[in-house]
Amino acid sequence: MDARTQEFVEYVQSGGQVEATDWMPDEYRARLIKFIEMHANSELMGVLPERDWILRAPTLQRKLALTAKIQDEVGHAQLIYRVVEDLGKPRQACLDDLVSGRSKFHNVFHYPTRTWGDVGVIAWLVDAAAIISQKALLRCSYAPYARIMKKICWEESFHILHGRDVVLALVTGTQEQFELVQEALNRWWEPLMHFHGTPIPADEDPMLFWRIKSQANEDARQQFLDGYVPQIRELGLEIPDPALRKDEETGRWLYTEPDWERLRAVITGHGPASAERLAFRRLSREDVAWVERVILAEAA
Amino acid sequence: MRRVFEVFRQERKGQPLQHAGSIVAPDERFAELYAREQYGRRQESAALWLVPREAVLEIGDFPDEFDLKYRRVDGYSIRERLREARERASSARSASAGAG
Repeated sequence: MDARTQEFVEYVQSGGQVEATDWMPDEYRARLIKFIEMHANSELMGVLPERDWILRAPTLQRKLALTAKIQDEVGHAQLIYRVVEDLGKPRQACLDDLVSGRSKFHNVFHYPTRTWGDVGVIAWLVDAAAIISQKALLRCSYAPYARIMKKICWEESFHILHGRDVVLALVTGTQEQFELVQEALNRWWEPLMHFHGTPIPADEDPMLFWRIKSQANEDARQQFLDGYVPQIRELGLEIPDPALRKDEETGRWLYTEPDWERLRAVITGHGPASAERLAFRRLSREDVAWVERVILAEAA
Repeated sequence: MRRVFEVFRQERKGQPLQHAGSIVAPDERFAELYAREQYGRRQESAALWLVPREAVLEIGDFPDEFDLKYRRVDGYSIRERLREARERASSARSASAGAG
């Protein structure tokens, strides 16, 4: 490592923040682009499972709230792709790589949404898991990304409340409605345990080395379990992992080791809904290409 | 053509406008639409400033060749002198009390 890079590493490791116009090592820039692009992809792909339920939402109020949430997520994608563009990768290249499967998006968006129960569980628990990661990104060494995260976290807190409200309405309804939530939880538990990634030790994680992330994967998962296991259980729902318990001595949660091979398969495009989602994104990109042409022509 | 506009946002009246992010738009009309949509649709902003990126004049280095510390608070270390002044004042007081 050359002296300039060494100095940069010491700067970010002591809490220093970097702006778009500052010098940065190539590896740092490349890791930022890959990570932030995946985040933007996830926001964009994350609306598809929920989009399926706009027309099937049970009430007008729910339909409006769901539509607002979806608009937020697309807005997050817009903001985050801007950060990637300033790092040197144009949005069109990001979208090309997304639809051709060259870049990734988050594991939870590779699964189908079978019932309205899934919509509630996603908005409540997937967004809760996401906000834990995103709050840790408020301390990201790359300042433009950290600033954007402030706005995103603010909007996500509305999503969690909306999701919790959907879930509460169902668990206080009929037995059948309660079952919808329990079944959705059964389906979503493994993806939720996968969400924060493999328990890679903090001192081996390059994302922590560059202070792009400030929290180890396992710490994020522990924070999620700490916050949400009690909230899930108090509703009378059962978490589908008989081994899940908190070790009172260490304060850490113990659980059945998730299938990490399955996580790898899912995020490389082999999840139950991966192909369908990418096909839809490809189609809608072709469908709306004329809008960009018209706007650019009119402005020229 | 696509232009980058830097977005500055004021959360409440009276507060400073702070850099919030940027948007890309073909012209000012679209820039306004996108900014309203992305930074104001929930009434979370009291005002927005949109500045074409090429209009921003950035100054990022502030050399201090002459060590002009006397212009700053940290250029003054008064603790020692203050201690000495207090000591003198108190011994002067006790001296005059003794004399009276």
